[in-house]
Amino acid sequence: MKPVEFVAGIGSRTIELLRSLGRHAAFFADLMRHVPAALQRFYLVTAQVHAIGNLSFLIIGASGLVVGLVLALQGYYTLSRYGAAEQLGLVVALSLLRELGPVVTALLFAGRAGTSLTAEIGLMKAGEQLAAMELMAVDPRSRVLAPRFLGGVIAMPLLAAIFSAAGVIGGWIVGVLLIGIDPGAFWSEMQGGVDVFQDLGNGIIKSFVFGVAVTFVALYQGYESTATPEGVSQATTRTVVVASLWVLALDFVLTALMFSTP
Amino acid sequence: MGRKGIEILVGLFVLVGILAILFLALKSANLASLSNGSTYEVTARFDNIGGLKMRAPVRSAGVAVGRVKRITFDNKTFQGIVTLELQSQFEFPVDTSAKIVTAGLLGDQYISLEPGGDDKNLAAGGVIKSTQSALVLENLIGQFLYSKAAEGGGDAKGGDTKGGGDVKPAPEKATKK
Repeated sequence: MKPVEFVAGIGSRTIELLRSLGRHAAFFADLMRHVPAALQRFYLVTAQVHAIGNLSFLIIGASGLVVGLVLALQGYYTLSRYGAAEQLGLVVALSLLRELGPVVTALLFAGRAGTSLTAEIGLMKAGEQLAAMELMAVDPRSRVLAPRFLGGVIAMPLLAAIFSAAGVIGGWIVGVLLIGIDPGAFWSEMQGGVDVFQDLGNGIIKSFVFGVAVTFVALYQGYESTATPEGVSQATTRTVVVASLWVLALDFVLTALMFSTP
Repeated sequence: MGRKGIEILVGLFVLVGILAILFLALKSANLASLSNGSTYEVTARFDNIGGLKMRAPVRSAGVAVGRVKRITFDNKTFQGIVTLELQSQFEFPVDTSAKIVTAGLLGDQYISLEPGGDDKNLAAGGVIKSTQSALVLENLIGQFLYSKAAEGGGDAKGGDTKGGGDVKPAPEKATKK
């Protein structure tokens, strides 16, 4: 390869990166601008909360319960070595509220709701429904995109809270009912160590941020997909990969900001 | 499904979500213990607050009666000023003493109030005069070593083993006792 081509390759990649960054930013700004219009037709948002939230309820609740059950079993193994089995409730609640609740919910959310959003919008684009709406002077961004965005942003924190609550109940089932830890100690250790603002509040903020990120990625990938069957399938795959990576990266940044100083 | 049906389902979903948040706040976090009734503030000065943190519990006879609200540093007396938030239904005599103690061997530090015998009670903004600082483990070990060394030094003078190496004093002591 000639040196000139090498340099040109670097240049074209950089330009492509900047273009994609700009498209993301412009799309996000567009979305924000159309949010008020979507709020005026709130039934559209309600329908999306139903599609995104209600239909994800089962998978989120079941996953939360099982994560809580397993967390209690594994936590008990380690804690009992130190004779601190009463702390089991605290371990389960803290790990769920601070990390697992928001993160696992966001990953499941990307798989369950993000993909369906991308596929739906990608197919609308492939079937030229979006173009048809524009022809009828209906802005697809305020009619299609913004309600879905709001639906995802509303549903995600609620789903994360349901996940964590189901997990705490799972921890209680294993800890108190199966292992036989004293229920008073289980709950009081938990209440003594979990702070409403520091732990629960920051967890809710995390899940809100993840909701924005996952829904945005899903909508962007759908809207920018190539209008072919392969294009839609690739966009759906990219939604899961990109959204998951965003969630993990944001989680690290948010955790560093929220919990690094005691 | 009509619009009404979807709205009912979404309403149920939102209600369950809010219930989950309430459950977490009340059952697994400390919201319930934070917000019961009115409180009043008193301050206490400590020479060393150790590892005391904000929102640590204040206990009397082991029962939680309040929380640490604020910790500041007085640059004139070089003491830590701890503001305690006590629940209004609990009143303490003015000569109550405050002491920073540790829950268990590795637990968090909290403030223990020991009531005095005065007739008058602490009012809002009152100051707890008699305080006892936190025990700092390093200082304790330092004092222990120092007292041991002083003891050992006394022995050394009597027993004429000065400069006898590191190993010698220990078995010698053992034989003495």
